[in-house]
Amino acid sequence: MLCSLLVLWAPGTLVSAPPPARLSVQVQNGQLRATPAFLGKIVGTVAYGAQVTALQSKGDWTQVKTSSGQQGWMHKSALTTRKISMSSGASAARTGASSGELALAGKGFNADVEREFKARNKALNFAAVDRMEAVRIPVKEMSAFLQAGAVKPGEGGAR
Amino acid sequence: MRMRTAGILAGLALVLAGCAEVTKIGTSVGVATGRITEEQKQALDLSSEKASEQITPEQEYYIGRSVAATILASYKSFDQEAATRYVNVLGQTLALASKKPETFGGYHFGILDTDEINAFAAPGGLILVSRGLLRCCRSEDALAAVLAHEVGHVEREHGLGAIEKSRRTAFVTTLAVTAGKSLGKADLADLTKAFEGTIGDITSTLVNSGYSRQAEFEADAASVRILRSVGYDPEGLVDMLEQMEKAMKPGSRGFGATHPAPRDRIDAVRKLIGAPAPLEEPSARRQRFAAALGRI
Repeated sequence: MLCSLLVLWAPGTLVSAPPPARLSVQVQNGQLRATPAFLGKIVGTVAYGAQVTALQSKGDWTQVKTSSGQQGWMHKSALTTRKISMSSGASAARTGASSGELALAGKGFNADVEREFKARNKALNFAAVDRMEAVRIPVKEMSAFLQAGAVKPGEGGAR
Repeated sequence: MRMRTAGILAGLALVLAGCAEVTKIGTSVGVATGRITEEQKQALDLSSEKASEQITPEQEYYIGRSVAATILASYKSFDQEAATRYVNVLGQTLALASKKPETFGGYHFGILDTDEINAFAAPGGLILVSRGLLRCCRSEDALAAVLAHEVGHVEREHGLGAIEKSRRTAFVTTLAVTAGKSLGKADLADLTKAFEGTIGDITSTLVNSGYSRQAEFEADAASVRILRSVGYDPEGLVDMLEQMEKAMKPGSRGFGATHPAPRDRIDAVRKLIGAPAPLEEPSARRQRFAAALGRI
C-alpha cells in the first residue's frame, strides 16, 4: 500500500514523457503561435504535411521548430507522429513504412473522389459549403469580441 | 411539415441510392482475390475499431463537406451576413477551447432557413444550425451553449462513429490495395462507392435517427466544459433547453425526433453545473446579440 502510494507521488510520474522528435502537420493551415494559447499571436504558418521538430510540450501544446528554423507553439490536434507523404505511394514502398506510421496525403477520400461523387449527385449544394468555408475569423477579431462582450476566461481558459 | 419531410427524403435518396447497394468489398474478399495478404488483413481488422485511426483529418474534411452539401440540398441556407458573421465569430472562438481545436479545414458555421428546431455537425467542423433553434436562444450565453454542443459532436467524432464498420473495412482495404500506386479507374470507383455509403450513413443518422442518448449527453458535457473555459455561463444551456421544451411540438421533426427530451438533458446538465443561478449578461453582450439575432 505504502509502496503504491510512493509510486503515485514519485515526482517522475508527474512529468510527461518527452515528445517524439519529429512530427507532421496534419491540417490544411498549420499555425505557429508565440505562446501555448489559442488567442496567442500567430507568428507563422506551416504547410500540410510539413515535418517539424518538437522542442518541448506544455499540456496539449508542443513548441516546434520548422525546417526553416522558425519556432512556435502548435496544438496537438494539428500534429501527428505519422509521416505524411505528399507524393505518390511509391515512397511508402521504398521506406517500407507500415500504414500505421505513414499517412498518404491525398489518398483515400480526396478531391478526386469528391468530384466523382458530385458528378453522380448533381443536386448537392457544394456552393453553399464553399461559402461557409470562406468565413475565417482572425484571432485578433476573436480577442476583441471576447473583450467587448466582457467574456472573462474561466478554468483552463483559451487565453 | 409533410412537404419538408418529403424534400429531405428526396435529397437523402440521392445519396442513399449509392447505399442501397452496400459496398461489401470486405477484407476477406481482398484476401480471396489475392489483393492483400492474410497478414495485412489481420492488421487491418485489428485497427478497424476506431474510425479516427483509419480516417485522416484530410479524409474527415472531405466526408464533412459532402455531408454538409447533402444537408444544404434539403434545407435552404439563411444568408444574412451580420447573423452569419456573428455566429461564426462566436462559434470559431468556442471551437478553439475544445479538445479538437484544429481540424483539417477548420470550424465553420451556417444558418438553415427553417422553423424546425435542428442542428447538424458534419465531421471536421462544418456546423449548421436552424433559425428555429436560434429562436430558442435568448442570450449570447445560450447561443454559445448550442454552438459548443455541436462542437462537442465534432470533438468526440460522433459523425465518424456513425459510419458502418463494414464500410470502413472496405475503405481501408481499398487504401491498402492502392498504396504504392496511383489510383486507377476501378479503384476510384470503389472509393467513390465507399464514400457514397459513408455520406449516407452519417446523413441518415443526423437527419433521421440521431446519435445515441449517450452521445447527446457527452456533447452537453463538452458544451459545459467549453463554455466555462471561454467564460460563458453554462446556465445559458439550461435556459436554451427550457425554451426548446416550450417551443417543441410533440412528434416534431428535428430535435423532437433525434435528441433526448430537453427535460432529461436539463437534469443531466444540472448534475454538472449545480444549483440554478441567475444568468447575468453585461449590456454590451446583450445588445450585440439582439442586433445580430434579435429578429431571427
